[in-house]
Amino acid sequence: MDPLIGALVGAPLLGAGILLVGGRRLDRTGHWIGCLWAAVSFVIGVVLFADLLSRSPAQRTLTSHLFTWVPVAGFQADVGFQLDQLSMTFVLLITGVGTLIHIYSVGYMEHDENRRKFFGYLNLFLAAMLLLVLADNYLLLYVGWEGVGLASYLLIGFWQHKPSAATAAKKAFLVNRVGDMGLSIAIMVMFTTFGSFAFRPVFAHVGDVSQGRLTTIGLLLLLAACGKSAQVPLQSWLGDAMEGPTPVSALIHAATMVTAGVYLVVRSGAIFNAAPTAQLAVCVVGAVTLVFGAIVGCAKDDIKKALAGSTMSQIGYMMLAAGLGPIGYVFAIMHLVTHGFFKAGLFLGAGSVMHGMNDEVDMRRFGALRTYMPVTFVTFGLGYLAIIGFPGLSGYWSKDKIIEAAFAKGGTEGWTLGAVALVGAGITAFYMTRVMLMTFFGDKRWQPDAEGHEPHPHESPKIMTIPMSILAFGSVFAGGLFSINSAFLKWLQPVTGHSDGHSPVATWEITVATLVVLILGVGLAWQSYGRQAVPAVAPRGSLLTRAARRDLLQDDFNHVVLVRGGEHLTRSLVYLDHTVVDGAVNGTAAGVGGLSGRLRRLQNGFVRSYAVSMLGGTAVLVAATLLMRGV
Amino acid sequence: MSATAAAVHSLWTTRALADTAATPAIPTPHIEYAQLSPVLIVFGAAVLGVLIEAFAPRAARYAGQLAVSVVGLAAAFAALVALAADGYAQGRSHVAAMGAVAVDGPALFLQGTIVLIALVATFTFAERRLDPVAHGNRVDSFAAQGSAVPGGEQEQKAVRAGFTTTEVFPLLLFAVAGMMIFPAADDLLTLFVSLEVFSLPLYLLCALARRRRLMSQEASVKYFLLGAFSSAILLFGIALLYGYAGTVSYGGIADVVDGTAKLTPALANTTGNDALLLIGGAMVVMGLLFKVAAVPFHMWTPDVYQGAPTPVTGFMAAAVKVAAFGALLRLLYVVLPGMRWDWRPVMWGVAIVTMVVGAIIAVTQTDVKRLLAYSSIAHAGFLLTGVIAVSPSGVSSVLFYLVAYSFVTLGGFAVVTLVRDAGGEATHLSKWAGLGRRSPLLAAVFAVFLLSFAGIPLTAGFSGKFAVFKAAAQGGAVPLVVVGVISSAIAAFFYIRVIVMMFFQEPQPQGPTVAIPSPLTSTAIALGVAVTLVLGVAPQYFLDLAGKAGVFVR
Amino acid sequence: MNAYAPILVLGGLGAGFAIFSVVMASLTGPKRYNRAKLDAYECGIEPTPQPAGGGRFPIKYYLTAMLFIVFDIEIVFLYPWAVTFDALGLFGLVEMLLFVLTVFVAYAYVWRRGGLEWD
Repeated sequence: MDPLIGALVGAPLLGAGILLVGGRRLDRTGHWIGCLWAAVSFVIGVVLFADLLSRSPAQRTLTSHLFTWVPVAGFQADVGFQLDQLSMTFVLLITGVGTLIHIYSVGYMEHDENRRKFFGYLNLFLAAMLLLVLADNYLLLYVGWEGVGLASYLLIGFWQHKPSAATAAKKAFLVNRVGDMGLSIAIMVMFTTFGSFAFRPVFAHVGDVSQGRLTTIGLLLLLAACGKSAQVPLQSWLGDAMEGPTPVSALIHAATMVTAGVYLVVRSGAIFNAAPTAQLAVCVVGAVTLVFGAIVGCAKDDIKKALAGSTMSQIGYMMLAAGLGPIGYVFAIMHLVTHGFFKAGLFLGAGSVMHGMNDEVDMRRFGALRTYMPVTFVTFGLGYLAIIGFPGLSGYWSKDKIIEAAFAKGGTEGWTLGAVALVGAGITAFYMTRVMLMTFFGDKRWQPDAEGHEPHPHESPKIMTIPMSILAFGSVFAGGLFSINSAFLKWLQPVTGHSDGHSPVATWEITVATLVVLILGVGLAWQSYGRQAVPAVAPRGSLLTRAARRDLLQDDFNHVVLVRGGEHLTRSLVYLDHTVVDGAVNGTAAGVGGLSGRLRRLQNGFVRSYAVSMLGGTAVLVAATLLMRGV
Repeated sequence: MSATAAAVHSLWTTRALADTAATPAIPTPHIEYAQLSPVLIVFGAAVLGVLIEAFAPRAARYAGQLAVSVVGLAAAFAALVALAADGYAQGRSHVAAMGAVAVDGPALFLQGTIVLIALVATFTFAERRLDPVAHGNRVDSFAAQGSAVPGGEQEQKAVRAGFTTTEVFPLLLFAVAGMMIFPAADDLLTLFVSLEVFSLPLYLLCALARRRRLMSQEASVKYFLLGAFSSAILLFGIALLYGYAGTVSYGGIADVVDGTAKLTPALANTTGNDALLLIGGAMVVMGLLFKVAAVPFHMWTPDVYQGAPTPVTGFMAAAVKVAAFGALLRLLYVVLPGMRWDWRPVMWGVAIVTMVVGAIIAVTQTDVKRLLAYSSIAHAGFLLTGVIAVSPSGVSSVLFYLVAYSFVTLGGFAVVTLVRDAGGEATHLSKWAGLGRRSPLLAAVFAVFLLSFAGIPLTAGFSGKFAVFKAAAQGGAVPLVVVGVISSAIAAFFYIRVIVMMFFQEPQPQGPTVAIPSPLTSTAIALGVAVTLVLGVAPQYFLDLAGKAGVFVR
Repeated sequence: MNAYAPILVLGGLGAGFAIFSVVMASLTGPKRYNRAKLDAYECGIEPTPQPAGGGRFPIKYYLTAMLFIVFDIEIVFLYPWAVTFDALGLFGLVEMLLFVLTVFVAYAYVWRRGGLEWD
């Protein structure tokens, strides 16, 4: 079975290779090749899953050591895979949702002349993401981490002829670099501390090292997670990332890549468990982001950016859960999976709407689409119900558990975090209802696009609606299935560990409270956007609304603090560089060049002088050898 | 015959000794044909090639030669693999042919490398899509008629008739066979003979460029004269070593050096005279340093690399280096380890000047072939640092480096053949400006090769450099490694300058065109890229292989 | 010293023969001079200075000389083999046939490609 693990990564990598190297001659078949390799990977994933299920829970960790990458005395970097329940969950999510989105993209990208390249990048993303979750050490994980970063960059900037897309790609890349730096430093610290960066030895020796070291590593890992998962303070890139094609937003910037940070924290659970300070920091980051994202989501008129805010907020929930330690790891991952379903479904729905509306994204120009796009409406609606936590649907099962776990942390922290999570649920209900109402209900507010074409909303082709339907199915039932007999908990527990905690509040009380805030949120949204007509031009709004429209001033903050400061720093460094460093470098270069020119003159083309040089050389060689003996 | 008669006879004659005593029975030499089969196959293919030249009609020669070469080399490689699988690389190492040829790990490894290089080189030799069709004929990089006066009437006639010099294939095979014996030679005479066997075809090949024939012939004559000069010194060194040890066999000389040999009375006077050993050893080493292009025996390299037909340059740069370093390793590790305290400091000096001079002169080069020539000089210096280690890791690192370097070099020169203008290959660097805009794939591939030469991580060049520097540092040569790293930095400057030139400069209005190669050259280039990346990303398997192959037989 | 006496005698005989030949040839031979005969070496190479525009030696001369050397060296190998034929037996025969065969291949090449034709 073990070689199959490598094949899991290899299949999409091969696909990416074929598509990107194959060139134009694959333009006509490229998208199917891309789908094929994604599907192959999914099938391998299912086979491995069946294999794992057939084993006893204690033996569900498969490893596969491919080769030693860099062997230097104490430094050993292996390329090896580790497939356990946690990785398996991700593998199925990544390949399953990934395959669906590949298929959806066949329709969505039909008129794009670079469709082949798009599928090549998608396959590349799958390979990198699988590498990330299957690596058995941090260094290889880092390779996958950078790989998904690259794929994300390429796909956000896929329409790079639009300056906004190019800028967004660059922004995402730069912000992610900050996080990546955290991960790379974490790996270095880890190596100096443990003498290794493979999961097993590191986790086994957590007890032997000082608290300070562990906290440092934990905080650096958190920084990395913040970058990749768009958590405060490194959240600013996710909204702009919506410039990419919508399938990309669904796959990478909602369902899979942005959850890599959560994976990192859960995978490093052993470290975080031993470093309470870092753990608390994770909780705080999660709690802040879940509110932050939710508020931003309330103010956006761009349907994708509203969903992006929501993604941020939902990942905040996962982070919060992951920061709770063993009480929350399982629920973080469970919410991650259910979120993967419903958020991917919502994005695909948004893409379907855009597809029918001449690529319009402003919700103020939608309205009344439910009759024109029934399938989209139903699937989007199911996703909507799932995300707000409608009882019985997926979101209800996973989100409620997180809120419950937050309270179970106990003490002031528990109360605070629980309250924040609860309020977040209300805001979620509000902004999602707003999206729903503005898009599918109310009056038609359609407007001709820039070239004057009237929109003619129509249902998307089957190739797009079928994946949406499958995802909607998952949105409805996944959470429930996972919760039957605590199946998901039992599945993941051997890897992440689990403790129930002591909730000061009874489970039913939390359920009731959640339902109350849910109804409040929905009601408030209906009051604002359902009962009265939505103005085509956004009203000025309150200070908070205006700030939220500008992503709560995150870019302004970054600009003032980081960009300005950076500019000053750069200027002084440039000055230093020009005068001191360049002086030295140029001096050396000029010296080498001059010496080179002089030595070059020895090469005069005459055999006779060459022969003299050889003769002289021999004489020196002989003399030197004799001298060595003489000395 | 009566007794008296015999008595009379005996006054002025004496009975001859028995016939058997007059001509003592010579023990029949024993030749292990199976163990020598790789070399014999290549020789056989070469002889077959000569017969094709003699009897096949002109039109059929190209295909015939190509087939014979490819099949012969592939068969030789198969034979090598079979020998290695049979255990000759490790436990069953053996000296075959009455002590003339070693069959051991390093020999098989290097022979395998040389055969694969030759196979790739055969592809580049056979490339016929690059030159524009002239008079209805597809032609390769070689002169229409080698003996015709450049630019003369006879040459024009030959060009019009579409002649090509298909002799290059047997010449290549002869050279390959010589190169295969060279690192395996286990006595000094075999060393010398194999040196000549591979050198002479190379001199000829150098003279056979289709374009710029005068330059090509000049290169050939220079190479020949200087090669002959170095051969003479080498031979002189061999004579002195024989005088020292009374034998030419590697093991025999080593025994005398170590003081474990039984001295023959006839040679007792001279045997063990250390002056002979030191001078002779230095001269033989000089002959090998000439072939690897170490400073100050490097002067031929740029001129010859530039003048020779580019496929030949690629082959020479790769294969000669492999063969000569193999021979150098065997000489220093088998014959002269007993006097390593004498030669190591000297080789330190040679390695340092080779690295530094190679890297520094390369900085001001303007011709891509000369640039690569100086780069190959600098690489000889890097390889020498591994040789100096005198340790098992020294052997394996040099073996690994040779593989990494040679395929990248072949690929690099294959790329050079593709960039052309009206006068043939456009080798002046100014013409390469902006190549990345016009032909991004080719420029990217060349950039990969240059990065590998420069030793950037994740390329084969890095793994190789890392291995030799590591071996050198473990052997106590830390200052040498420091010089090596500094030279690498200087070298990186000019490699990267070329990359900058290709990608960040405006193309010239009348720049060169990039020819579309046939699968032959594409294979050579693709293989170069593959080796660069595979050895760069996952060097361990090949390092292990080189490590396993790193034990000399004595 | 006694050991070296035969060598000295041999040297003396050799020198004597050489002087004898040269002197006898000049005394007895006919003397008909022409331009080619007065050239140095008398072998077809024009000594310097060359007439304008020339400068290449006739390559045929070298070709012939080289072929001669190749086959001459073959004899050098054949002779000792012939002397020790009995001792080397079948092994010697096979090896020598292989050797002669390869030289013959070279001969065939030269012959087929016109190396033996003067014009």
